[in-house]
Amino acid sequence: MLDIVGVGSLDELYSDVPEEIRFKKEYDLPEAMSEMEVRRFFEALGNENKRLVCFAGAGVYDHYTPAVVGRIVQRSEFLTSYTPYQAEISQGTLHYIFEYQSMMAELTSMDISNASMYDGSTATAEAMMMAVAAGKKCDTVLVSETVDKKVLTVVKTYAKFHGVNIVMVKENDGITYKADFQEKIAQKGVAGVIVQQPNRYGIVEDYAGYADAAHDNKALMIMNGVAADYAVLKTPAEWGADIAVGDGQSLGVPMMFGGPYVGYMCCTEKLIRKMPGRIVGMTEDSRGQRAFVLTLQAREQHIRRQKATSNICSNQSLMALFVTVYMAVMGKKGVKEAGELSYAGAHYMMDKLVETGHFKPTFQKPFFNEFCVEYDGDVDVLQKKFVDNGFLGGVKMGDHTIMFAVTEQRSKEEIDNLIKLI
Amino acid sequence: MNNKLYGNLIFELSHPGRKGYSLPDNKFGDYEVPAEMRRENDAQLPECDEMTVVRHYTNHSGNNFGVDNGFYPLGSCTMKYNPAINEEIPGMADFRDIHPLQPVDTVKGCLDVCAGLRKALSEIAGLADFTLNPFAGAHGELTGLMVIRRYHESRGDEKRTKVIVPNSAHGTNPASAAVCGLEIVEVKSTADGVVDVDDLRGLLDDTIAAVMMTNPNTLGLFERNIPEIAKLVHECGALMYYDGANLNPMLGACRPGDMGFDVMHINLHKTFSTPHGGGGPGSGPVGVRKGLEQFLPDNEHDSTLSVSPYHGNFGVILKAYTYILSLGKEYIKYVGPLATLNANYIKESLKDVYELPIAGLCKHEFVFNGLADKSTGITTMDVAKRLLDYGYHAPTIYFPLLFHEAMMIEPTESESKVTIDGFIEVMRKIAEEAKNEPELLKSAPHNTPIGRVDDVLAAKHPVVTYKSMLND
Repeated sequence: MLDIVGVGSLDELYSDVPEEIRFKKEYDLPEAMSEMEVRRFFEALGNENKRLVCFAGAGVYDHYTPAVVGRIVQRSEFLTSYTPYQAEISQGTLHYIFEYQSMMAELTSMDISNASMYDGSTATAEAMMMAVAAGKKCDTVLVSETVDKKVLTVVKTYAKFHGVNIVMVKENDGITYKADFQEKIAQKGVAGVIVQQPNRYGIVEDYAGYADAAHDNKALMIMNGVAADYAVLKTPAEWGADIAVGDGQSLGVPMMFGGPYVGYMCCTEKLIRKMPGRIVGMTEDSRGQRAFVLTLQAREQHIRRQKATSNICSNQSLMALFVTVYMAVMGKKGVKEAGELSYAGAHYMMDKLVETGHFKPTFQKPFFNEFCVEYDGDVDVLQKKFVDNGFLGGVKMGDHTIMFAVTEQRSKEEIDNLIKLI
Repeated sequence: MNNKLYGNLIFELSHPGRKGYSLPDNKFGDYEVPAEMRRENDAQLPECDEMTVVRHYTNHSGNNFGVDNGFYPLGSCTMKYNPAINEEIPGMADFRDIHPLQPVDTVKGCLDVCAGLRKALSEIAGLADFTLNPFAGAHGELTGLMVIRRYHESRGDEKRTKVIVPNSAHGTNPASAAVCGLEIVEVKSTADGVVDVDDLRGLLDDTIAAVMMTNPNTLGLFERNIPEIAKLVHECGALMYYDGANLNPMLGACRPGDMGFDVMHINLHKTFSTPHGGGGPGSGPVGVRKGLEQFLPDNEHDSTLSVSPYHGNFGVILKAYTYILSLGKEYIKYVGPLATLNANYIKESLKDVYELPIAGLCKHEFVFNGLADKSTGITTMDVAKRLLDYGYHAPTIYFPLLFHEAMMIEPTESESKVTIDGFIEVMRKIAEEAKNEPELLKSAPHNTPIGRVDDVLAAKHPVVTYKSMLND
């Protein structure tokens, strides 16, 4: 091979690299490991982690993953393929993305969905930029204080660099303060408002009238939410949202210490050409067969460069497959049943906590599968006790406040055992 | 791969009442979701039994082509083999079932993985530290540009609002700059395909925040003037950004930090062998030279900013770390040279039948400008589609934009001489067919599940959900 290339050594392949910047040393890296050693190395590291019975949420939920999902997403024809540019040999990927888009549109009851985004936080930031691009001479986006703080930090980071002015809408007793919203949405230059459902305390807010107020002021309503919850709850479209965004992790994706997850973005039909990200559409092939293809690419960075709707150039495809297979196997009834079980478990747990006499609800507000309670003792000591006994006992939200989440994976016995520790 | 299309949608296999899941009974008692909280109608998801679901997606996987199916010389994408052990590690329950908000003393293993990978990437890049938070390459670019803006901001140097990119740059470079609130200035390339230093010199002033480059560039050519470029850029007070999309051939040969770059991202799904997954999840860690660490937006550096809530795509991070540990210091250094050897071997073996616009050594990839014989009327698109018939993925086509019939070929180090010789033979055969049976190419592909698709129809009349398909 070297002869054909016309060089005498591998080293000579780099004769165009100036000598002074060539790397001539040994890398300061570990020595190569055999497969067995690699396995042992990671097993040992895994032992340094502690698996806990999870009663924490705050955006990441320990939902059930049917066995079949893992089996499908490991199929290497899906796993080792690239973005489906060559439609003729990518109909597998293109079909499931079309199914994903269809399912997400159903779940949120929005008109359309893109092919997925990195995660819920970046999808929300993209929605913010989309609203500003869709509005005329608008540079302000309102964000409710009841939006998750981690999502908010990402949104604010994008806003800072993109030149978007973020104005916070105050919260009042755990929910968005409507009078403050109404005053701020009427101000000049507001492109949209971001709210969250259920909100960062787990409360299911009443957003009646928000979309109308936004639309009266030519602004868009963006609703961030936990995808799986919409199988049961009133949907973003039913609240009048123009853009629905959030994380799809709740649709059976493992917690995996924070990722990979899958961001979703759905919107109304009329915003389709403003939407960032990949979109798969139906078409025909030269043989007259129904086929699917990446479409509306004129929005995207490889065509429009700096004028693109976003810099995103991938979707979270394999994770989109993950949630597609999840929704296919759970089906219309299963996603709902999982949500109802989570609701029942969470409300049972709230009752049991209150019964101990040490807890009371932080808010007298409706919730779905996650809620805040006030503890009359030391939260840190209690949470440590939970961990010592194999439980991840909620997320600390304040000096005396804990937020617990319950999914369909939590049994009555697990809840009762946790309560016994109090 | 199938040669006949399995074309069903899961919705078309749905039967009311069929069920593919099992959940435990409600033992909690009578807790009913109140009506005012509920959605009006159920989401119209399919109703299928488990076997129907399995067969459906298994049959669809047969319509797909991955690295595990065959040679995938897709330029700029580094479609190397993804070892099986990479997939096994994130499947371990001790990593998979960890909530990101668990107390620190219960996630020591996860944190060690992150620290280990950061250290390895820093060594390979010749930089001081990395953040693993960005989710993908383009996300890394955006993050890196944020770091650069924060750096200038910290010095009170607010007028630096422009980024210089070569006209051969990846489309994400200008798009990331725009998202980051920066303007784009393009620098020309010389006739031999590298950045025109004289043109660059004229563009550099106190409004330039950074120069974004990939090296080797998108033509696969090493930017040999890089020390001079870095010097000029630094003298004008701007920073050097390295787009890590083309890092693979540099392993064992040259480090971005040593070239003079200040900030970079690495595509773990390219250089460090994590599978592309049909378009994600990727991972785009961002590294910086000493003195810039405090501008990295994550909890360990600047926690006031954030591009992702936790530790990035941890599952992908695990796979990349597995790859690095498997290769170790002894073998990582061969990645670049062998990828470069494979690319040059293909280039030299085909340059008599395909037009090589810029002669000489390439790195991990190179660009042909279509067939050498322009009389046939056969386009790069035709060649690409014909390759599918022979069981190969097509190269990247019509990029970079510098050549009208661009065909960008990147074999990676994974492929054997046998595979590569087979590819060369087929490429020569296609060149023959272009002369003798041009119709065969113009109507290709023939052996794939579907023929060429009508892109215009899809865009003119977008049907993007099953519901709109039914109403269509």
